[in-house]
Amino acid sequence: MDDLTGVVDWSRAQFALTAAYHWLFVPLTLGLGLIVAIMETIYYRTKSVRWLNITKFWMTLFGINFAIGVATGIILEFEFGTNWSNYSWFVGDIFGAPLAIEGIFAFFMEATFIAVMFFGWKKVSRGFHLASTWLTVIGATISALWILVANAWMQYPAGMEFDPVQMRNVMANFWAVIFSPMAVNKFLHTVTSAWALGGIFVVGVSAWLLLRKRNVDVAIDSIKIGGITALAGLILTMGTGHGSAVEVAKYQPMKLAAMEGLYDGSCGQSIVAFGILNPAKKPGNDEKPFLMEISIPKGLSMLVDFRNPDNFVPGINDLILGRELSIDGQEFHSVSYAERIDRGRTAQNALREFGVAHAAGDTAAMAAADAVLKANYDSFGFGYFDDPTEAVPPVGLTFYAFHIMVLGGGLLLLVVLISLWGAYRRRDWLEDCRWWQWVLMLMIPVVYICSQSGWVVAEVGRQPWIIQDIMPTKAAISSVSVASVQLTFWLFAIVFTALLAAEISIMVKQIKKWSKADYQSPNN
Amino acid sequence: MELQSLQAYWWLLVSVLGAILVFMLFVQGGQTMLLERKRFPGQLDAEIGSIGLKWELTFTTLVVFGGAFFASFPLFYSTSFGGAYWLWMAILFSFVLQAVSYEYRRKPGNLYGSRTYDVFLFINGSIGCILLGVAVGMLFFGGEFTIIKGNILDGASPVISRWAPTHGLEAIANWRNLLLGVTVLMLARTLAALYFLNNVRTNEEFNAINRRRVLVNGAIFVVFFLAFAAVLLTSSGLQSTADGSFVEVPYKYFMNLIEMPWVAVMFVVGVLAVLAGIAMGAFLPRYATKGIWAAGIGVVLVVLSLFFIAGYNDTAYYRSLIDPASSLTIANSSSTRFTLEVMSYVSILIPFVLWYIVVVWRKMNRPISEGK
Repeated sequence: MDDLTGVVDWSRAQFALTAAYHWLFVPLTLGLGLIVAIMETIYYRTKSVRWLNITKFWMTLFGINFAIGVATGIILEFEFGTNWSNYSWFVGDIFGAPLAIEGIFAFFMEATFIAVMFFGWKKVSRGFHLASTWLTVIGATISALWILVANAWMQYPAGMEFDPVQMRNVMANFWAVIFSPMAVNKFLHTVTSAWALGGIFVVGVSAWLLLRKRNVDVAIDSIKIGGITALAGLILTMGTGHGSAVEVAKYQPMKLAAMEGLYDGSCGQSIVAFGILNPAKKPGNDEKPFLMEISIPKGLSMLVDFRNPDNFVPGINDLILGRELSIDGQEFHSVSYAERIDRGRTAQNALREFGVAHAAGDTAAMAAADAVLKANYDSFGFGYFDDPTEAVPPVGLTFYAFHIMVLGGGLLLLVVLISLWGAYRRRDWLEDCRWWQWVLMLMIPVVYICSQSGWVVAEVGRQPWIIQDIMPTKAAISSVSVASVQLTFWLFAIVFTALLAAEISIMVKQIKKWSKADYQSPNN
Repeated sequence: MELQSLQAYWWLLVSVLGAILVFMLFVQGGQTMLLERKRFPGQLDAEIGSIGLKWELTFTTLVVFGGAFFASFPLFYSTSFGGAYWLWMAILFSFVLQAVSYEYRRKPGNLYGSRTYDVFLFINGSIGCILLGVAVGMLFFGGEFTIIKGNILDGASPVISRWAPTHGLEAIANWRNLLLGVTVLMLARTLAALYFLNNVRTNEEFNAINRRRVLVNGAIFVVFFLAFAAVLLTSSGLQSTADGSFVEVPYKYFMNLIEMPWVAVMFVVGVLAVLAGIAMGAFLPRYATKGIWAAGIGVVLVVLSLFFIAGYNDTAYYRSLIDPASSLTIANSSSTRFTLEVMSYVSILIPFVLWYIVVVWRKMNRPISEGK
């Protein structure tokens, strides 16, 4: 095999590229789909031609976006095999099931009913069409559920055990996999953030209509529905985001430390509201972690456990050294990363011994090796490391992505509240205030940046693990050359970028076209 | 259920998905006809309008086929996808192009022009069919890989499944795999013409075009299929023994038909149904609209029987050409009993999924008549 590091890095880059592009389109599908379904429900109840046309306008944008989401989605599923073949074997017994269930239920539901949604206006009844629209949205959401269950399992591998005979992990409890607290939070957090994105997209596009003074009534109505959806989405995203942070603190404390740029934790740990990291700071050195920071006292401790503001939150150095503090400030020792590396190597050696004993049919030796393996398996992945600092994620990227997401989310909430106030109470101001309309349009890239940042936190923050503590990314790869992965990376980059450009261009044309439409006319 | 029964059950489900996928490739077959020069006004729109409503079901079937393979036979997923890298990447690229083309091709502002998207559809239709055929061909003619699970403990080189440095290009260059690939392409084109006869009722001129398409593509398909069948049924295969080792068995796939006579019956009935479908489309205008159903049922039966002789009867369905001991069977590559059982409960709902697909299709599938 070629240079291991090169294959790992390029495989990661390719998966990140595909996931990032996919996540440009999926949240709009989920969020805009919900809004379209709400609008069509209004049409169904009122039989208003105007609402039918409003629905069709947003449905057109939904369809343009949906197609490219499908295109990037198929790549992700198959990349688990093409680029992460070791992973596919090592945990395929567990990880494959959600993907298969997603396909059987969600994809077929989407694929079947989206055809009715777009081509069935004159072929099926209004009720059947409305049901099809909702079923498409539900199908997309169920699809998100299963893929997020799979993703959450990688971050918190529940409901499994290791089978030394097959040298792989096997499922032991299906319900533990799908109802793990990490999975529930991740699903709710991700889907509600998609509602927020869809809502802000609608508000932003509607602001352009206001700016051009075209179909102002349609724009105001769309801002109301988009704004309410965005508001609900943002509030729920913040609530579930807190839940996610609590889970991360429990199961991925290193990720939480990286999110906060926290090297040396304390009781009553403050949270950084805004900060600039010191690039010279590395685990174990004496540099200051921040060049400047604005912190909220006890904020991080309260984020982890609201009832206990003096709670100890470990930093990167604490986790590496196995250092903890009791509530009264007494230092005590937990398992250090150096010890976990030893335990991981012990587990891996026990697995080798198990294999030899199994080949020889020596059941006593098998049982002995299995006992050692089981006792140390929680650190199995650490056995691949030579140095404890290998288990530290990229702090800068994780920290900045987390803070961009949080600050951006706060800004979006403020803007949505003001816009809703304008739509319901000060319509004349909303119609005439051009700079505010520009602000609303600017929120479209802001919400996308927030959304992408969320995934950067989730995925970069959990490095170097592909399965938390069990398998590092570098052990999960396929036997392909660096050049092969580089070539496919650039091919994907070119194709996805070209398709994204086409999508944006088509959307702009459609928005311009519909902005001039007569929404009272039944002929749109 | 016992593990062996569950493995057989999931091979059956994967086979059913594979069979439906091959039938649904009529969408791809139709796409290869979009660039033909001789056309009457409205023909392209009629063809696009017909297959454009179905492309996503074909696409979804492919995705579910992959997902089901991943969940039920992860060692195959790991070995084939990670090994035959270029083969699978080429398939994926072709399907990415398809996914946007129907939606974008006629939209103002699509940047590259309608013709570009039609070329994308042509690429997906032709390359996609051939390469999927190559991928399925490897179930019979094998690949150049080794599997050493102990590698997982080698931190410097941990990959368990390793492939020849050509990473799937050698599979594309294998004439037996290509033979199946071209057979699949011609079958897809034949099915597409039969589907147009059933679904597009514009005018007699279009029907005549499609009858001619059925005849020409069907004849070429039959020649290629007979050649493939002859190659397959005279090929040797690997059979696993009780201790997990493998022995080479001459005429293994032919022997599988003999030893599983119900599969042989399926195969023969399927072939006859496909021939009947072609005959109905090409020579019997009165029954031309029914040709797709006869051929479709036939395709499903033939593909099912091919999957059965690939995987059942202790056959190595993915043989290693360089290390026979690394070959995959449904017994040594599957998920555990627990996982297969859990997914089997889930699979009980598949008939419900099929039911609503049929209901929606019936509502949406009213023939396209002149002026629409």
